[in-house]
Amino acid sequence: MDEEFNPKIIAFCCNWCSYAGADLAGVSRFQYPPNIRIIRVMCSGRVDLSFVIEALRQGADGVLVTGCHPNDCHYIDGNKSAALRAEFFTEFLEEIGIEPERFRLEWIAGSEGEKFARVINKMVEDVRALGPIRSDDK
Amino acid sequence: MAMPNAELKDNGGGTEPKIGVFVCHCGTNIGGVVDCEKVAKAASTIEGVAVSKDLKYACSDLGQDEIQKAIKEEGLNRIVVASCSPRLHEFTFRNCVEEAGLNPYFMIMVNLREQCSWVHMKEPEDATAKASDLIRMGVERSKLLSSLSPREVAVEPTCLVIGAGIAGIQAALDVAQKGFKTYLVEKEPSIGGHMAQLDKTFPTGDCAICILAPKMVEASRQKNLEILAYSEVVDIDGYVGNFNVKVRMKPRYVDEEKCVGCGVCTEKCPVKVPNEFDVGFGMRKAIYVPFPQAVPLKYTIDAENCRQLQGKKCGACAKACINDAIDYEQQPRDLDLKVGTIIIATGFDTYIPMKKGVYSYWESENVITAMELERLINAAGPTGGHLIRPSDKTEPKRIAFIQCVGSRNHKLGIQHCSRVCCMYAMKNAQIIKEHDPETDIAIYYNDIRAFGKGFEELYHRIRMDYGVEFIRGRPARLTTDPETGNITIRAEETLLAKITERDFDLVVLSVGLLPSQGTMPIQKMLSLPTSPDGFLQELHPKLRPIETAIDGVFICGCAQGPKDIPDSVAQAKATASEASTLMIRSKHVVEPLTASINDELCVGCGLCTDVCPYGAIELQDKDGQIKAVVTEALCHGCGTCAAACPQRAIDQLQFSNRQIMSEISAALSHEKAAGGE
Ligand SMILES: Cc1cc2nc3c(=O)[nH]c(=O)nc-3n(C[C@H](O)[C@H](O)[C@H](O)COP(=O)(O)OP(=O)(O)OC[C@H]3O[C@@H](n4cnc5c(N)ncnc54)[C@H](O)[C@@H]3O)c2cc1C
Repeated sequence: MDEEFNPKIIAFCCNWCSYAGADLAGVSRFQYPPNIRIIRVMCSGRVDLSFVIEALRQGADGVLVTGCHPNDCHYIDGNKSAALRAEFFTEFLEEIGIEPERFRLEWIAGSEGEKFARVINKMVEDVRALGPIRSDDK
Repeated sequence: MAMPNAELKDNGGGTEPKIGVFVCHCGTNIGGVVDCEKVAKAASTIEGVAVSKDLKYACSDLGQDEIQKAIKEEGLNRIVVASCSPRLHEFTFRNCVEEAGLNPYFMIMVNLREQCSWVHMKEPEDATAKASDLIRMGVERSKLLSSLSPREVAVEPTCLVIGAGIAGIQAALDVAQKGFKTYLVEKEPSIGGHMAQLDKTFPTGDCAICILAPKMVEASRQKNLEILAYSEVVDIDGYVGNFNVKVRMKPRYVDEEKCVGCGVCTEKCPVKVPNEFDVGFGMRKAIYVPFPQAVPLKYTIDAENCRQLQGKKCGACAKACINDAIDYEQQPRDLDLKVGTIIIATGFDTYIPMKKGVYSYWESENVITAMELERLINAAGPTGGHLIRPSDKTEPKRIAFIQCVGSRNHKLGIQHCSRVCCMYAMKNAQIIKEHDPETDIAIYYNDIRAFGKGFEELYHRIRMDYGVEFIRGRPARLTTDPETGNITIRAEETLLAKITERDFDLVVLSVGLLPSQGTMPIQKMLSLPTSPDGFLQELHPKLRPIETAIDGVFICGCAQGPKDIPDSVAQAKATASEASTLMIRSKHVVEPLTASINDELCVGCGLCTDVCPYGAIELQDKDGQIKAVVTEALCHGCGTCAAACPQRAIDQLQFSNRQIMSEISAALSHEKAAGGE
């Protein structure tokens, strides 16, 4: 198989900052590869670890969680919960032998369309370099 | 009360989903990249989809008619609109389906424009494939939607204003004038805030107290407006429209009903202490009013310094008072208020150099802050407006102002510009020059920010007409001559590229504005976000400048950030208008995205109560078992609790676990097929 590996990435975006940032990337016509599927949630704190595990199990090659910057959370500090869970989750992935780079947490403000595109470009590139998750890891 | 969780029991009314998919071309915005016809055709093959169409412009009248017609004719009960961002048109399409008789929450949007066609403009095939995926995600999720109704909460027609500087006074006056009962709480013995301490006001030079005092009096006479001075808010709970507030009235040891403000007590009081209002320059008695125009004009005994209250024999004031108003036994009194809206106007504190060595403030008597100068040039101040320097009470002939003390200073960790210091320094330089044109004045500055109405004109005037000298550069060192008390400033004058040393009789530090200590307890009580500079954060920096993350709570004046009087007043009026709008409507509508708890699964561990940013979840005893209970009106619908619950006993309406899982599965359906899951 010499066809280029095309990773599939699930991105959870909070409604107030990062989903707005993703919209702004579009409005500004910043281009990124069509490998991501955005799921809108109200707050990054809504993202249950089981969503991440389920996404990887069902074939996603990477999962991205994006939220408002620290202190800018629309729900005061829901993003703090997201950050705590992300730490835990990265350790968990390491333990079960999946490259922790497949999971990412990024803070993207509604004004950061450029950053949104940059984060996606980078993540797709990095996960492409990692290749698919070895099936015995699943 | 937890809401009956329809969503988890059935998929909304129990009927089979009959889904309509409408794919919008948005002219060529989507259609120019994504093959909309193909995408609509692909969607028609998904189980449950009864109608799938592409439309030129879904949001146009024609487009909406088409959707409504399909709902009525085909009996559709779920609508997926694949067009632009829901942040733009969610309300449009919710209204559209509601008009056709469908619950608005049975409509969801799929974002094909901002998040597909516009970001994959050169990959039409991949964009088309992605669009199909996104629609499948929407269709699968739509099957799990449930009928919801927006919640309405009643709004108590009463407003609480915290802090009575110019911002709080103006806000309270405006709300009360609109006919709503208003409480104005001030922690000091008198209302007025910092403005009462100022001499003149830039850029026009009006006397501060002359324009403030009439407003203070108006506040005291205004119907519906109750001033609670010398009082503090000690507790707030509740939610928009229904806040429960506890206010503690500190004892003045003077019966406010009986005191007529005649001042005989003060004359007889034997104790003299520095007056905080004069920033320590003037003296006051232990029974006092902070300044003559105080409102309410009621005397207060400062317990720490009163001989009688410290257990020594005195009683001079009690003997002097003809109205028998002195009450040494007075105790703090708590008031419970129920209010619908809250306006926070707790102002600022000025920066005070804390460390030794910062511009010799603690080492040299003749280095003073701008606030101290305001009192020293104020006709009602301790020197009757006669400017003298502290060390030897002589008139200073050479005065330096140093700008940006405690502002724009990365070393101190204070990044923000305080916005008023350039102008107040110029204002005070002008006042000094008017008194004595022979005085030499130099202003050491970094950048001059004269951005407001009439500001640049003042800047021009004081250079050209008054001959005030502007020196660009931050002073490096101040040395004081122990004999004369004069100060030598060593600075790099960056415009001359020269290091100079100049001698002055008096140095004034233009101190910056910081978040006030008084704001902090209120911020904590309400869990209000602050911006990186520490001031209270508005909901949107441009479009919602006086609202906060908490519905029904508004901010104005320097509590929100450094600003001058006109801006404080404008913001105050804006908060009054917003608060009144809410109270006139008498009901507040909230999105029904609340958390909902399944009692059967809840084990009462309380993890959810820890993560809830709003304190909306409480553990309660339910028939002998501890269960988490959501106060709906407090719940803002972030869903953090749902993610934290180890029992999966919590779910979020409209963003349920199953809905999100269905999107994940739909997004990965090819991968599953290919990978042989
Ligand atoms: C030296 C100096 C000179 C200035 N000169 C000018 C000028 O010439 N022109 C101009 O336009 N602006 C000037 N300003 C700015 C001006 O002072 C402010 O714009 C204005 O005072 C802001 O009003 P405020 O009501 O927001 O805050 P404040 O005046 O600080 O009022 C806040 C009030 O809230 C009370 N409070 C705080 N916490 C609590 C609590 N928890 N409970 C109850 N009460 C509480 C405080 O006691 C205070 O009375 C100057 C500022 C300084 C420092």
